[in-house]
Amino acid sequence: MNTLVMKRAGLAGLAGLLPGPRRGSWVLLGLGVALLASLIWSSGQGAFGLPLRELPAVLAAAFTTYWWPGAERSAAELVFFNIRLPRLVLAVAAGAGLGVAGALMQGLFRNPLADPGLIGVSSGAALAAAFAIVLGSLWWPEVPLALGTWPLMLMAFFGGLVVTALIYTLSLGDGGTRVGIMLLAGIAINALAGAGIGLLSYLATDEQLRNLQFWMLGSLGGALWEAVLVVGLIALATVALAQRLARPLNALALGEAQAVMLGVPVERLKLACILLTALVVGAVTATTGIIGFIGLVAPHIVRLLAGPDHRWVLPGSALLGAVLVLLADAWARTMIAPAELPLGIITALVGVPFFLLLLRSAHARTL
Amino acid sequence: MSQTVHLRATAAAVDAAAAPALTRRACTLALVALATGAAAASARSPRLITVGGSLTEAVFALGAEAQLVGTDTTSLYPVAAQATPKVGYMRQLSAEGLLALRPDVVLALAGSGPPLVLQQLRSARVQVELVERRHEWDDVRRTVQAAGRATGRSAAAQDLLRRLEQEWTRVRAQVQAYRGPTPRALFIMAHGGSPLVAGGQTAAHAMLTLAGARNVVAGFNGFRPLTAESMAAAAPDVIVTTTQSLQAVGGAEGFWRRPELALTPAWQRRHSGAALWHQDALALLGFGPRLAQVLEALHRGLVAA
Repeated sequence: MNTLVMKRAGLAGLAGLLPGPRRGSWVLLGLGVALLASLIWSSGQGAFGLPLRELPAVLAAAFTTYWWPGAERSAAELVFFNIRLPRLVLAVAAGAGLGVAGALMQGLFRNPLADPGLIGVSSGAALAAAFAIVLGSLWWPEVPLALGTWPLMLMAFFGGLVVTALIYTLSLGDGGTRVGIMLLAGIAINALAGAGIGLLSYLATDEQLRNLQFWMLGSLGGALWEAVLVVGLIALATVALAQRLARPLNALALGEAQAVMLGVPVERLKLACILLTALVVGAVTATTGIIGFIGLVAPHIVRLLAGPDHRWVLPGSALLGAVLVLLADAWARTMIAPAELPLGIITALVGVPFFLLLLRSAHARTL
Repeated sequence: MSQTVHLRATAAAVDAAAAPALTRRACTLALVALATGAAAASARSPRLITVGGSLTEAVFALGAEAQLVGTDTTSLYPVAAQATPKVGYMRQLSAEGLLALRPDVVLALAGSGPPLVLQQLRSARVQVELVERRHEWDDVRRTVQAAGRATGRSAAAQDLLRRLEQEWTRVRAQVQAYRGPTPRALFIMAHGGSPLVAGGQTAAHAMLTLAGARNVVAGFNGFRPLTAESMAAAAPDVIVTTTQSLQAVGGAEGFWRRPELALTPAWQRRHSGAALWHQDALALLGFGPRLAQVLEALHRGLVAA
């Protein structure tokens, strides 16, 4: 209990130290620095003995082989550029995407417990992935569909979009979308997708079951440069576009009627939030499987530090999400090396207790 | 690496021969260097990671275990294999983790992955060899031959294969010479939770069939839980399981306590000791070098029932 009180004083004190009106920009700056630091630190982490101090040499060598392609590439160079670097970029893209999507959802539902899973993106992607893994062998018998294969990624991406569209359509009423109905429809459709996944895993062979299980636990092991770049661009675009929704979301926080009176096109705002979330979470989930709790935890922490203004919460959540996924993945890659832990296990294992602690210590006031 | 040493040594030797001014000592040194360089080039045997228990077994059977720098979690036999660095479960490999062990060859069962990781290994200049498994004698042939190629011991692999083949022919003849009634068998796997029975297209089904028994639940493919009624309808005379399953439920008594089994002919004869036959999972289902030996034991167990 004592530590809880101290934690609370610590966080509140930290936020209080920052100058009032510009607190948000200080928090963003701090998170930016944290992202840079964790990016540099985790590029030196990994099972392959390639510590940080050897990186400059590897980069220089890569520069040489790039301009003089005849030269032999060293093992360290191959590992860094083909395996570790795409993984770091994917971690940043996935974390930023999940973080900003979480902030959008919490803003849209005006509920700090909302997360991107609520509008069915993750469960839709999971159902489609299960479908591809278990029944895909009927169409592509020669390709075992596992994490990081293209048909699986495309299926998961469109699965997420279709289920989100379904939930959105279900929530449409006479006067536009009703957020309460959307919430309930989301829960119901998620349960339905869960049943579908259960049925498919019953039909699955041992091999398919394992592939499905590892997909559901999430991993950045599927970091192929092509996929990484696509996800990276989508995440970047989402973070940029989301910034334009910050002020309307601030108005929405006052209530839907008030937002309308302030001249916010509420229906368009909702649709934009849902579209962006579905797009970015769909793309991330399709490449990495399910990574939980980033979308829930990142916006919370940013709100504690910077206050509820979406102009800070949205980009802050993207930065913090990226930091969290980078650190969690560095752990996943090294903890039981040469084997590797599924990332989703770590984000849940570390994310949940931390989240509960936050709830107990600091959120009693703001919830 | 050793190639460069070799070349440099050769160059030094040529220089030494061409320049009479050099002392005899320098010349000898260069020749010694040449000899060691050449020896290193031929003695430097490939570093190997095996993914799949039967492949690891084959590498040990060839006496090439010193070349193993890592194995997967299914590599449990021989016991020494458990002491090698573990690269995790065969379908959840980590590219960087494997590369950290600096292998020259990764020898894996088909289905190991994810496929992307294998691709990354190949792009890092590691040779990835996949071995098909179809639950037949040829699995052993492919396994031993692949292990021979990967370790650079193809001749030893041929010898081993010849011996295994003789043993296999003998055991097959023994199974085919059996003229008694076909045993009605059921394979059960029970690693905690409700037990699963083996239908068609499983290693267990293939083993039962090869041993001259009839799998009483071949109507579906893969492993499924079976209700008490279907179990009674299937009416197995003998039940085959893995030693690990038996341990998980606390021995034979615990095993027979499963309610599903109470209506089977095997259950009624449970005290005879012949109605339940068990074997280590990797030996029984691995289709590795021990195949013939295990099949002989299984056949004896089944016809004794």
